[in-house]
Amino acid sequence: MTNINMTVNGKAVSGDVPDETLLSEFLRENLRLTGTHVGCDTSQCGACVVHVDGKAIKSCSTLAVALEGADVTTIEGLANGGDLHPMQQAFNDNHGLQCGFCTPGMIMTSVDMVNRYKAEGKELTSDAIRDELEGNICRCTGYHNIVKSVEDAASKM
Amino acid sequence: MKDGIGAPVKRKEDKRFTTGKGKYTDDIRNDNQAYAAFVRSPYAHAKVKGIDTSAAMAMDGVIDVLNGQQLTGDGIGNIICGWAITSKDGSPMNMGAWSALATEKVRYVGDAVAVVIAETQALARIAAEAVEVDYEELPVAAHIEAAMADGAPQIHDNAPGNQIYDWELGDEAATDAGLANAAHVTTLNITNNRLSPNPMEPRSAIATYDDAEEHYTLYTTSQNPHVARLVLSAFYNVAPEHKLRVIAPDVGGGFGAKIYIYPEEITCLWASMKTNRSIKWTSDRSEAFLTDAHGRDHVTTAHMGFDADGKITGFKIDTLANIGAYMSLFSSSVPTYLYAPLMSGQYNIQNIHCNVRTYYTNTVPVDAYRGAGRPEATYLVERMMETAAREMGMDPAELRRRNFVQEFPHQTPVLMQYDAGDFPKILQMAQDSADVSGFAARKAEAAKRGKLRGLGYSTFIEACGLAPSKAAGSLGAGVGLWESAEVRVNPVGSIEILTGSHSHGQGHETTFAQIVADRFDLPVENVSIVHGDTDKVQFGMGTYGSRSGPVGMSAVVKAMDKVEAKVKKIAAHTLEASEDDIVIEGGEVKVAGTDKSMAWHEVGLAAYVAHNLPDDMEPGLKETAFFDPVNFSFPSGAFICEVEVDPETGETEIVNFTSADDFGTIINPMIVEGQVHGGVTQGIGQAMLEQVVYDDDGQLLNGSYMDYAMPRAADVPSYSISHHEDSPSPNNPLGVKGCGEAGAIGAPPAVINAITDAIGTNDLAMPATPQAVWNAIQAAK
Repeated sequence: MTNINMTVNGKAVSGDVPDETLLSEFLRENLRLTGTHVGCDTSQCGACVVHVDGKAIKSCSTLAVALEGADVTTIEGLANGGDLHPMQQAFNDNHGLQCGFCTPGMIMTSVDMVNRYKAEGKELTSDAIRDELEGNICRCTGYHNIVKSVEDAASKM
Repeated sequence: MKDGIGAPVKRKEDKRFTTGKGKYTDDIRNDNQAYAAFVRSPYAHAKVKGIDTSAAMAMDGVIDVLNGQQLTGDGIGNIICGWAITSKDGSPMNMGAWSALATEKVRYVGDAVAVVIAETQALARIAAEAVEVDYEELPVAAHIEAAMADGAPQIHDNAPGNQIYDWELGDEAATDAGLANAAHVTTLNITNNRLSPNPMEPRSAIATYDDAEEHYTLYTTSQNPHVARLVLSAFYNVAPEHKLRVIAPDVGGGFGAKIYIYPEEITCLWASMKTNRSIKWTSDRSEAFLTDAHGRDHVTTAHMGFDADGKITGFKIDTLANIGAYMSLFSSSVPTYLYAPLMSGQYNIQNIHCNVRTYYTNTVPVDAYRGAGRPEATYLVERMMETAAREMGMDPAELRRRNFVQEFPHQTPVLMQYDAGDFPKILQMAQDSADVSGFAARKAEAAKRGKLRGLGYSTFIEACGLAPSKAAGSLGAGVGLWESAEVRVNPVGSIEILTGSHSHGQGHETTFAQIVADRFDLPVENVSIVHGDTDKVQFGMGTYGSRSGPVGMSAVVKAMDKVEAKVKKIAAHTLEASEDDIVIEGGEVKVAGTDKSMAWHEVGLAAYVAHNLPDDMEPGLKETAFFDPVNFSFPSGAFICEVEVDPETGETEIVNFTSADDFGTIINPMIVEGQVHGGVTQGIGQAMLEQVVYDDDGQLLNGSYMDYAMPRAADVPSYSISHHEDSPSPNNPLGVKGCGEAGAIGAPPAVINAITDAIGTNDLAMPATPQAVWNAIQAAK
């Protein structure tokens, strides 16, 4: 057991966890933040993506004890009070989700993607969006409307 | 009507999913929660000689280890296949016994022999590794050819030669004559590759036994919770229906894989009674590859004959279907009644004969996956048409046009009566949208860049809206395939719809609300949809076979008919007018041509306070209905795929994919297009990326996303989609046909027809990976 402390969605949290506890487990089981999903065992599907210190990471392949002091944002912490993040709104506006299981990871990956491109001053083309989504699998939407959603949100972020 | 039928209403359910508030089965954790992990066979075929649980039982936190002898000893029944198929010699199908936990033999890698119940999931999994099973390995038949071979290992004692049935549909003599008289016969040997459905949410179950009430509650990832309850009660003897509540909360995709009742749900229910704990099991992805029912896996030889004008004279099909180690719930119907009746495609074919032989193999069971039988049939028909056109030197679109069914209703020789459609129009829509006339110039331009450009068609028909109960029963189905609904108008005028359909991505909370908003001229926000809980919804047959629109919504319409009639009676009584003069519009119930009206909610309140109702009227405003379709619905479509192949590497890019669909009436075009995007992507996945591979020992070689190629965003193009709505289904009140499966059914032949057009050979198997395409190019040189 190791005692860990981090900030999750703006709140200080702590817990005693076995060393092998994954961040996804800590979020889901200890904090009961079940919006972060686990869809595979091999860090391929991206349903578990959260932000650690502003960057997208796969929480299913990150040890919780390695994140002492980190600032973590999950899908539950993305909206600002009652206002949805532009990416969340864009997924609704463009029918970028169906069953919703991959959606939290898709949105967290996409927010990070747009932030990076904007910071670097690069144009986020639809081809670039498709390449950037390499680590996120959706079985429902065929990606068509996810790409539209990200393009739409990028214009508003 | 702003949010009514035909409006692209944004989804009401999205907010909880985009904010992480969805509630999937694995998100639920009960008090008294314990966790299950299954001890699974590492061998594809072996005798179970003994199970030593002592090391596992000695671990701190292990509650119990349970096995198949205990399960069957407690009277838990075998898993059944719910559709009886009769062989052509009149004998019944050979269904082998399938216990949720194997007793004497294991028959595929992943077959469960025991379950560990422990205080944490991690501990349960570690303890499962510590259970020692004494296996005696047996010879393995991992593929159809091996299962059919002389001296093949016998997988089930009651299935000699591993054959389950030898079934046929159609007139063989007439078809032989049609082929004998043909001016040209096209022959193809086609394999339909085995796939894993892969909904992104892994299967999960939480079973809780209440010993005071002798009552069970099961949360599960199901497309049809009432069917699960029925089967768990009637066949597996877990509990009588009134002592079993099944809830399918938010479910993360299904695609067929979540229709069936699997060993894990049965075992968790039984184990919750044995241990008096709430038992939770959640599959990981590798376990999903090992245990979720797979799809497809056919080997077929087919002959199609044509007269000198290109009219089809006969179509003869001989198919071998792999059903896996056990017969899953609908497995028998997929390669028979969901397959052979589609062999007429969009074409007027007088002579069809289809023979299907089905075999056990030492692999996970095979059952319905998006499209279920219809993709296999469509792939065959559309590969035959394209190949025949090439062999006869005809334009493949023209060959199709010459054979299109033009008059409706049309009776095929393989059971189906097509009710409505306009196949030439839909093909033309697709050709215009895809700019087929400009293809030659694009091909020439691509050639300058060293690329081979090809164009392929698929004009397909489906039989959806499963299904008329009487017809299904006459063909062997063990259940009726109607749907039920309840419409509750509350005293404040808001409306709840309880439906037996189940949404796991289809957007029912929006589309079902739209048909209610449309009917009663109310805001869509005033309507909520309740589904997925056997304690709330009276009954339901669930969602698969593109049936929620044609069947599920039709039940809602029937219940709304009854509500409307009562609303008009109440309003007529209150406003002292004739029922015939009452109209419902703009949130009011009015007497036409007068200024007399009641607000919609005043009628609701009047029904419940019951101070002033007609003398013979019961209080309340709530009606139920069952809808049983009189025919299947027949969505159809034309897909055109355009590809560029790099001959140096075999790499193929889909540069254009065009879909023109006839889904009848469209409730929400945004959602329908989303269904097509997803379906086509799964079809492209089958055509170019996906294939489950077992080695000859029955070991699954690609059981993770590291080695099973799921379509990713950069693998697929953006899509061009158009709709034809002028041929609504005459057999349901809304005229809808169903849209969930079209993409997966129609896309694979369009893709392969395009690639084979590009590389100039018909000999290319799915999945058309760069290696397969490159090899095909070399072989044709």
